[in-house]
Amino acid sequence: MTKKILTTPLKDEDLKELKVGDVVYLTGQLVTCRDVAHRRLIEFGRELPVDIRGGAIFHAGPIVRRKDDGKFEMVSIGPTTSMRMEKFERAFIEQTGVKLIIGKGGMGPETEAGCREHTAVHAIFPGGCAVLAATQVEEIERAEWQDLGMPETLWVNRVREFGPLIISIDTQGNNLIEQNKAVFNERKRPVLDRIKRQVSFIR
Amino acid sequence: MSKEEDVRSLTDTLSKFTSYIGKRLPTDVQAKLAELRTLETNPLAKAVYMSMADNQSAADRLNRPSCQDTGVIQYFIRAGARFPLLGELENILREATQEATRMGPLRHNAVETFEEKNTGTNTGTNIPWLDWDIVPDEDTATIDVYMAGGGCTLPGRSTVLMPGEGYEGVADFVFDVITSRGVNACPPLLVGVGVSTSVETAARLSKRAILREVGSHNANANAAAMETLLEEGLNEVGIGPQGLTGNKSVMGVNIESSARHPSTIGVAVSTGCWSHRRGKIRINADLSYEILSHKGATL
Repeated sequence: MTKKILTTPLKDEDLKELKVGDVVYLTGQLVTCRDVAHRRLIEFGRELPVDIRGGAIFHAGPIVRRKDDGKFEMVSIGPTTSMRMEKFERAFIEQTGVKLIIGKGGMGPETEAGCREHTAVHAIFPGGCAVLAATQVEEIERAEWQDLGMPETLWVNRVREFGPLIISIDTQGNNLIEQNKAVFNERKRPVLDRIKRQVSFIR
Repeated sequence: MSKEEDVRSLTDTLSKFTSYIGKRLPTDVQAKLAELRTLETNPLAKAVYMSMADNQSAADRLNRPSCQDTGVIQYFIRAGARFPLLGELENILREATQEATRMGPLRHNAVETFEEKNTGTNTGTNIPWLDWDIVPDEDTATIDVYMAGGGCTLPGRSTVLMPGEGYEGVADFVFDVITSRGVNACPPLLVGVGVSTSVETAARLSKRAILREVGSHNANANAAAMETLLEEGLNEVGIGPQGLTGNKSVMGVNIESSARHPSTIGVAVSTGCWSHRRGKIRINADLSYEILSHKGATL
């Protein structure tokens, strides 16, 4: 099977055919953006120092090392829990024009709505696979809002075939992890009933 | 050696060990992940297990922290009352955390609360977190190092049930935490359950439970049976790696317990992600050491 590779800047037609569960890779610019950056834009109205219209963000707080020549080196960069950004993401998509949000785990109804309204997608990079991801970063081009410290800085990366990225919310607003959770909740009822019959230790 | 030299030597050992455990998973976790990868049949889940294996070999080859979130550093110390550096150990562990942060390098993960500033050293008020058990008459110290990452810390929950809710209520609580919040915490998880008397005693025991080896069992027969029931039951739910569905859900369920008040059942869940970075080291009175968690490890 050939790799499906998305390249920034992303257009609506690149994303419209994607369905939850599809696996893609990204080449181009990928900016780390997590809790405080979302808060600064949405709650405090501060403009992001990087233009990400048609771009991709990564919910991630990496380990970065400054090399002897003064340049930054990406040491380790895996995704962080995307759900923490749920409360901001719909407005974030609307205000920034971001098209691809990469993170870990599911997001909720607000992000689904944002993806549907503005033709964007959320994708999962396998959590904990941070050195794999770092080897797909060709260069750190810039670092903005460094006052936030290493995890929260906006690291502007140039990446090559970054992935696997598993589409978890598509442009229709379908949500893979929510679908899975419904299955898990369905399955757990009979299992719990059986377990409970065997743990009546108080009698 | 003078006391000063002893302190320097132990600080050096513990700095290197703290840095080491961020790069290589303990032997029991590695073996369990290999087993789960072999048993998996869902193509997407298999691909994720392959990415995990590729990542661990890349981390080993490049000598880098395998996950970027090297956590808040926690030390669980079981020290003999006659361990020669007992009084110095707190400062040694603080120094070791700072040195490991430079050496790893580890991510800066200590944010002073209320001031809301990252200290940049992984040390801060009461951080690294130390948990002490003092053993009379012994002269060795066994230290568990744990990197408490954000993702695997977020699902943590503790509550106090009424006895009428019973162990049935404990099972409900564990399942609720794992199938709702655990899905985002990088499964397959090692699930730690504390069954005790109040919120904080249960919480502490639940963390101790994930420091226990994968596949080990509680000494009490009922508790051990409940570990197996919960593990098999959660596996039937089929959460799979990263919540993408698969043949299994967890690396295991470990329960730690204490006696309780007749009117209360304190229960807590702590989770370890698949990248469960913990290490156990025993320091002898002459400061020679043995690494118990990672077979064949050299610092």
